[in-house]
Amino acid sequence: MLKALQNRFKHSIYLEKSNILSLKEEEIFEAVKLAFDEGGTLLLDITIIDYLDFISPQKERFALIYNIRHKTFKQNLLLKCFLSEAKAQSVSSIYKAANWLERECYDQYGIVFEHHPNLKRILNHWQFEGFPLRKDYAITKGQLCTQSVNLMPEMNERLLEKGLITKDKEGNYSKCEKDLMFINIGPSHPATHGTIRNFCAMDGETVIANVSEIGYLHRGFEKSCENHTYNQIIPYTDRLDYCSATTNNVAFAKTVEEMLGLTLPPRAVAIRVLVMELSRIINHLVCLAAQLVDMGALTNYWYLYNPRETAYDFFSKLTGARLTNSYMRIGGMSYDLYEGYEDDLKIIMKEIEEGVSISLGMIEHNRIFHDRTQNVCPVSASEAINLGLSGPNLRAAGVQYDLRSAKPYYLYNDLDFDVIVGSVGDIYDRIMVRFEEINQSLRIMKQLLGNIPDGDICVNDASVVLPSKENVYGSIEGTMNHFKLIYEGVKVPEQEYYSCIEATNGELGFFIVADGSGRPHKVKVRAPSFGAMSAYTQMVEGSMLADAVLNLGSINIIAGEMDR
Amino acid sequence: METAYLIETVIKIVTILLVFSALAGIGTYFERKVLAFMQRRLGPMNVGPYGIAQVAADGIKLFTKEDIVPTNVVGPIFKIAPVITAATAFMAAAAIPFLPSFEIGGYVVNPIVSDINVGILYVLAVMAVGFYGPLLGGMASANKYALLSAARGAAVFISYEVITGLSLLAPLMMVGSFSLIDLNNFQIEGYWMVVYQPVAMVLFLIAGFAETGRTPFHLVANDHEIIDGFGTEYSGMRWGLFFIGEYANMFFYAFLISILFFGGFGDGSVLGAFALLGKVSFFFFFFLWTRAAWPDVRPDQLMWLCWKVLMPLAVINIVITGFVMMF
Repeated sequence: MLKALQNRFKHSIYLEKSNILSLKEEEIFEAVKLAFDEGGTLLLDITIIDYLDFISPQKERFALIYNIRHKTFKQNLLLKCFLSEAKAQSVSSIYKAANWLERECYDQYGIVFEHHPNLKRILNHWQFEGFPLRKDYAITKGQLCTQSVNLMPEMNERLLEKGLITKDKEGNYSKCEKDLMFINIGPSHPATHGTIRNFCAMDGETVIANVSEIGYLHRGFEKSCENHTYNQIIPYTDRLDYCSATTNNVAFAKTVEEMLGLTLPPRAVAIRVLVMELSRIINHLVCLAAQLVDMGALTNYWYLYNPRETAYDFFSKLTGARLTNSYMRIGGMSYDLYEGYEDDLKIIMKEIEEGVSISLGMIEHNRIFHDRTQNVCPVSASEAINLGLSGPNLRAAGVQYDLRSAKPYYLYNDLDFDVIVGSVGDIYDRIMVRFEEINQSLRIMKQLLGNIPDGDICVNDASVVLPSKENVYGSIEGTMNHFKLIYEGVKVPEQEYYSCIEATNGELGFFIVADGSGRPHKVKVRAPSFGAMSAYTQMVEGSMLADAVLNLGSINIIAGEMDR
Repeated sequence: METAYLIETVIKIVTILLVFSALAGIGTYFERKVLAFMQRRLGPMNVGPYGIAQVAADGIKLFTKEDIVPTNVVGPIFKIAPVITAATAFMAAAAIPFLPSFEIGGYVVNPIVSDINVGILYVLAVMAVGFYGPLLGGMASANKYALLSAARGAAVFISYEVITGLSLLAPLMMVGSFSLIDLNNFQIEGYWMVVYQPVAMVLFLIAGFAETGRTPFHLVANDHEIIDGFGTEYSGMRWGLFFIGEYANMFFYAFLISILFFGGFGDGSVLGAFALLGKVSFFFFFFLWTRAAWPDVRPDQLMWLCWKVLMPLAVINIVITGFVMMF
C-alpha cells in the first residue's frame, strides 16, 4: 500500500517513525482512493490537526489526517495533507465509515467536506456556536443546549434515499404511502445502554428507517487532554470505555511510552496484560448480561454479574477504585501487585468460568434464544470492514482481525490463545464470540499466573517516573524532580504518532501530536464504539423493534467512549 | 331461603375479592423470592422478617402515590381501563369452584359463587373482555409505546383466544358439559383429563402464558422494548389495578388448569381440597419458573407459533377426539 502510493505520488514524503505519508492537498482524495484499491479497506480514523500556536511553524493552519489499515491488518498508514482553506473532499463514497468521522471533523474543527451526504454536528449539540477543538476556542467556554434537535429533516432524507417519499422543486417532501409512526428510542429508554437517541420510522413493528443522534455524553475529552499533562490525562481515559478502564489506561500509556522510546520492565508488561485480560472479561460480562436481559432472560444477568462483582473487589484492592482504576502511569503503573493476589485471581477465574458455563447452559440450546438471535441484523464481512467495525463485532462477521495476533504487542506473541470468529455476523455470532473470548482471556490469565517475573514495575528513568517518597522527602533532587514532573509533566519530543491496542470492543488507538512540552498539542481517540454506532442504522433497518433493541446491546455501545 | 342464598353469595364474593386481592400482593412477594433464589440472590429482605412485609410497603406506596392523568390522554377511557382489567378478572372467578363443598353446622356451602351450566364458557368470555383493559389503556394513553403495546395486545390476545377455545373443545366433547363441577367430577371415575388429552393440556398451558402475558410471551408490557407498554403513563393505584388483574388472572389460570386437566379437587374430601391447592401452587410456581428460565419471543414469532403450529394442532386434536368418540 505504501509502495504503491509512493510510486504514484513521487513528491510525497514518508516519515518512518510516525508512519505518516505527507501529500499535497489536491492529491489526497486520489491517494485515499488508491490506498483503498491497494487493500487499505479499513478506515480507522479521520482527524484534523490545528497548528495555530504550534511550536514550530507549519505551512498551513490545518492538516487533514486519514488513518487507513491494510486488509492483512498488519500495517496501517497515515495520510496527511495541509489544507489551504477549511475545506476538503468527502471520502464517504469510498468508506461508509467516513460519514460520521467527517461529521466529527466538521463539528470539532469546522472543516467543510464537499459532497458529504449529511454534514452536520455530531458530538456537540446543534445550538453550539464555534468549533471547540480549534486552538482559539477557549476551554472554559461551555455552551448550553436548551432544546432537543429536530431529526425530521434527516429522517426525510433517509426516507428519500429509500424511495419511500419524493421531494418536489421547492424542497417539500411528499407524504409516505405507508402509514409510518415516528418513535424515539432513547435518549432515556430502558434499552439504550447509555444515552443514545435513535429516531425510528416504524411501519407496525418494523423499523423502516433509523436516524441516530449521539453526543449526550460528550464532555470534551480531547479538549481537556490538550490542557493537561500526560499523566493527568490517564484518569480521563478511565471514562472512555468505563467497563474496562485499565485497557484505556494501557492504550494511552503505551502510545506515549512509544513516543518516548521507552521499554517497560518485564514485570510491568506482564501485569498490564494480566489486568487487561481481566478487564476484557468484565466488559464482555457486562455486555452479555445486559443483552440477555434485553431479551428477557433475566437470570443470566446475575449469573454473569456476580463473578464481575468479585473481580471488582480485586480491582479495588489492587488499584483503590472499582470502576475508574487509573492504574497505569506513563512508564509503568501506580502500584505493584499485592500479596496473595494469585489466590484472589484463582477464585475470580473459577467463578467466571462457572458463571459463563451455567449461563451458556441456559441459552445454548434454547430454541427461543436461537430464534431471537440467529440471522437477525446480520452484517457481512466486507460490509463490516467498510462500516468501520472492529473487535468482536467484526470478528463475528468472520474477519480474523485481532491486533493481539495480527500485530502482537507486549507478551501476546508468546501467549497461547485463539482468535474467535463467527460466520454470519448476526447477533448470535456476536454473543457467542464474546462468550468464547471470555474463555480465551481466562486461558491467557492462566498462562500468566505464576509466571509473572520479579523486578520493577516502572521504567528506571527520572524524567518519566516520579521518584520514591523517601527521595522526595529526603533529598533536594528528589523534591525538585517530583515538583518538575508534577508541574510540567513528562516531556514528549515533538512528533505525530498513532498507536493502538486490541481493546475489548475493538481497535482502540490514540493519535497524539506532541510539541515537546509536558502537554499534548492534540489527542485523538480512535474509539471502536463510534464506528459501531455509525453502522447501527444500516444494521437495524428492515428488522423489528425488538431486534433493534437487541442489536444495540450486541454491538456493545459504550457511550463514554463513543461520545468522548 | 332467598335471603340466606343472598347473604351466602355476598359473603362468597367478598371473600373471593379479599382473598385474591391479597393473593395478588402475596404473589408478587413469592415471585420476587422464587426468582431471587433461582438467580442466586436474596430478594426482599428489609421490611419485616425475610421481607415478608414488603407487600404491605408496596401497597401503601401504591395507594399514596399521586394519581397522574397526563394532559393529552382520553380521560374517561384512560381512567376506566385498569378497572376493566381488575373487575373482569374477579368476575371470571364467579364460575370457578375453588374448593369442594363442605358443611358448617349442617349448612352445605358450595365454594363457588354460581355453578352456571356454561361455566367454562363464561370464564373464558369474561377473561376475554379483560383484554380491553390493556387495549383501551394503551390506546388512550397518548403515548407511542403504549400504542405499540395495545397493538401487540390486540393481536396476541385475540389469536390466543382461538387456541384456548379450540384446545378446550376436545375435553368438553368428552365430558359433554360446560360446568366446571361436571368437568371435575368426570375425572373422579376415570383418569385425569391430561391422560386423555395431553395435547389439549399443553396447548391450553401455552395459551395461558400468552393471555396472562408472562415470559416467554411477555410482550405487551415488555420493559426492554416498549418500556411498560400500556402501563407507561399510569401511576399509583391505577397501575396497581392492572397489576392485581394480572396476578389474579395467573391464579385463576392455575385453578382452571388444575380443575380441567389435573383432577381438580377429586371426590371432594379434605385431601382433595388440599391437593387442589397444591396443584394451583405448583402452576403458579411454574409461571415464575419459566420467567427465570427463558428469554422472550418476538411478537411475530408468537403469531407464527399461534397460527402455524398451535392452531393446526388444536384442530387435529379435535378431529382425532371426534373420531375416537364416534367409533
